[in-house]
Amino acid sequence: MSDEQPVYSEKVMEHFRNPRNVGEMESPDGIGHVGNPVCGDIMELYIRVVDHVITDARFKTFGCGAAIATSSMVTELVKGKTIEEALELSNRAVAEALGGLPPIKMHCSVLAEEALKSAIEDYLQKHPKPDSA
Amino acid sequence: MNRVYLDYAATTPTHPDVVQAMLPFFGESFGNASSLYSYGREARAAITAARSSVARLIGADEDEIVFTGGGTEADNMALKGIAFAADGKYNHIITTSIEHHAVLGSCEFLENLGFHVTYLPVDKYGLVAPDDVRKAITDNTLVISVMHANNEVGTIQPIAEIGRIARDAGVYFHTDAVQTAGHVPIAVNDMGIDLLSVSAHKLYGPKGVGALFVRTGTRISPLIHGGAQERNRRAGTENLAGIVGFGTAAELARGTMTEEATVLGTLRDRLITGLLERIPEAQLNGHPTSRLPNNVNVSIDYVEGESMLLHLDMEGICASTGSACTSGSLEPSHVLLSMGLSHQLAHGSLRLSLGKWTTGEDVERVLETLQEIVSKLRAMSPLYKAPGRSAQ
Ligand SMILES: Cc1ncc(COP(=O)(O)O)c(C=O)c1O
Ligand code: FES
Repeated sequence: MSDEQPVYSEKVMEHFRNPRNVGEMESPDGIGHVGNPVCGDIMELYIRVVDHVITDARFKTFGCGAAIATSSMVTELVKGKTIEEALELSNRAVAEALGGLPPIKMHCSVLAEEALKSAIEDYLQKHPKPDSA
Repeated sequence: MNRVYLDYAATTPTHPDVVQAMLPFFGESFGNASSLYSYGREARAAITAARSSVARLIGADEDEIVFTGGGTEADNMALKGIAFAADGKYNHIITTSIEHHAVLGSCEFLENLGFHVTYLPVDKYGLVAPDDVRKAITDNTLVISVMHANNEVGTIQPIAEIGRIARDAGVYFHTDAVQTAGHVPIAVNDMGIDLLSVSAHKLYGPKGVGALFVRTGTRISPLIHGGAQERNRRAGTENLAGIVGFGTAAELARGTMTEEATVLGTLRDRLITGLLERIPEAQLNGHPTSRLPNNVNVSIDYVEGESMLLHLDMEGICASTGSACTSGSLEPSHVLLSMGLSHQLAHGSLRLSLGKWTTGEDVERVLETLQEIVSKLRAMSPLYKAPGRSAQ
């Protein structure tokens, strides 16, 4: 309780205050569910995929300000990306898009990256042969 | 926006009367208490007066008060000072798993030097069983350290009973009274206390000054060497204005403590009842009755503490949490875990601590605001299953 508290950027606070794409998705094409081994928080990410492109993403997160802001940012960043492009999205890129995170909060962005990867894996498992319409 | 400060357990505002009492000691009465001439005499007299005010607050003798740089130093001095002065045979310390880090850190340090430490468990309310203390005592036990009240959950320990056990066994008894001094009556003699830590900034005094009560006849080594101040127990030029402020705060507290506890106790209970009524799946942490008059600690399931604090802060409300996400170690509160809470419930813990300037309106505002915040956070929590179907 007495430890130094991290200071969040404006952008982080903005996403924390007004998180984008919150909530579950009706019959998503992929669901990612990950737990944070560092502090024990949980993130769920849902994606809609059309023609190999992520057209929509939503999330639910039980975690700190940074976890909520990175979840929100990751759902924004992946929209419009192909599966391959989305797989390359790193936690650093998410953190950078938020104007940086305090070092002690970098692990929360790792959680967001993993949630996305897990949602894509789930999608690929359910759709072994991506339709090439 | 008016801010609502509900973190008095972290620190209190310095009382305006305390500030007034301190000011001359930055100005015309700036002397070094060790000096022979008039300035020195004035400083010495002021320190003596403050010492007797602090002594009176806890029922001690003036000579038994050692001023320190705060509660943390007092805890360090109590444990290390006793340990360093002990004969080799006495190498066992008994404490609890819910102590402040000032005590736990000192114990860990002493373990590295070869001391053995027993960390007693607590029950679900955070209470230590006196019988566990009795059973833990061995022929080698040097000191028992059990805090008077816990800073996170507010549970007040059966200190007098533990004091009796310590006395019967001929073992020193230290208590960290940082959260109780000036808020709950303390009588070191009736309670069998040999060493007691106090911090000024928790009772409307300034930060960076505190005291260790050391019962006459107790063998203790100083931690800081290089001067005869504090009767050779704590070297260094005294924090004159700080000590004066501490004395004034102690004097004020002696006069207002009983009434303040009644007022705050009522507000506390309104807040607890209101929170549990308005927020389903929330629970009170700490003891329902053996509890600091100003402490509210609840766990709100499915939400995380830092998120709650950030939202409360946006609404001008200042509070605290035991969530892993706000601790430097990313571990949840050791106190809540010791009481058997799951990580998830420790995550959702919220401490609201009241004080002299808390009003009924503040309580109402927190109740309304928090209810909204919790709904918002639960709506985005993957752990929360929308109500309606299940009984609420
Ligand atoms: C129970 C307890 N012990 C010790 C301390 C440390 O006191 P200080 O802040 O004066 O070092 C605190 C306050 O943080 C406390 O609540
Ligand atoms: S989710 Fe726990 S620190 Fe960010």
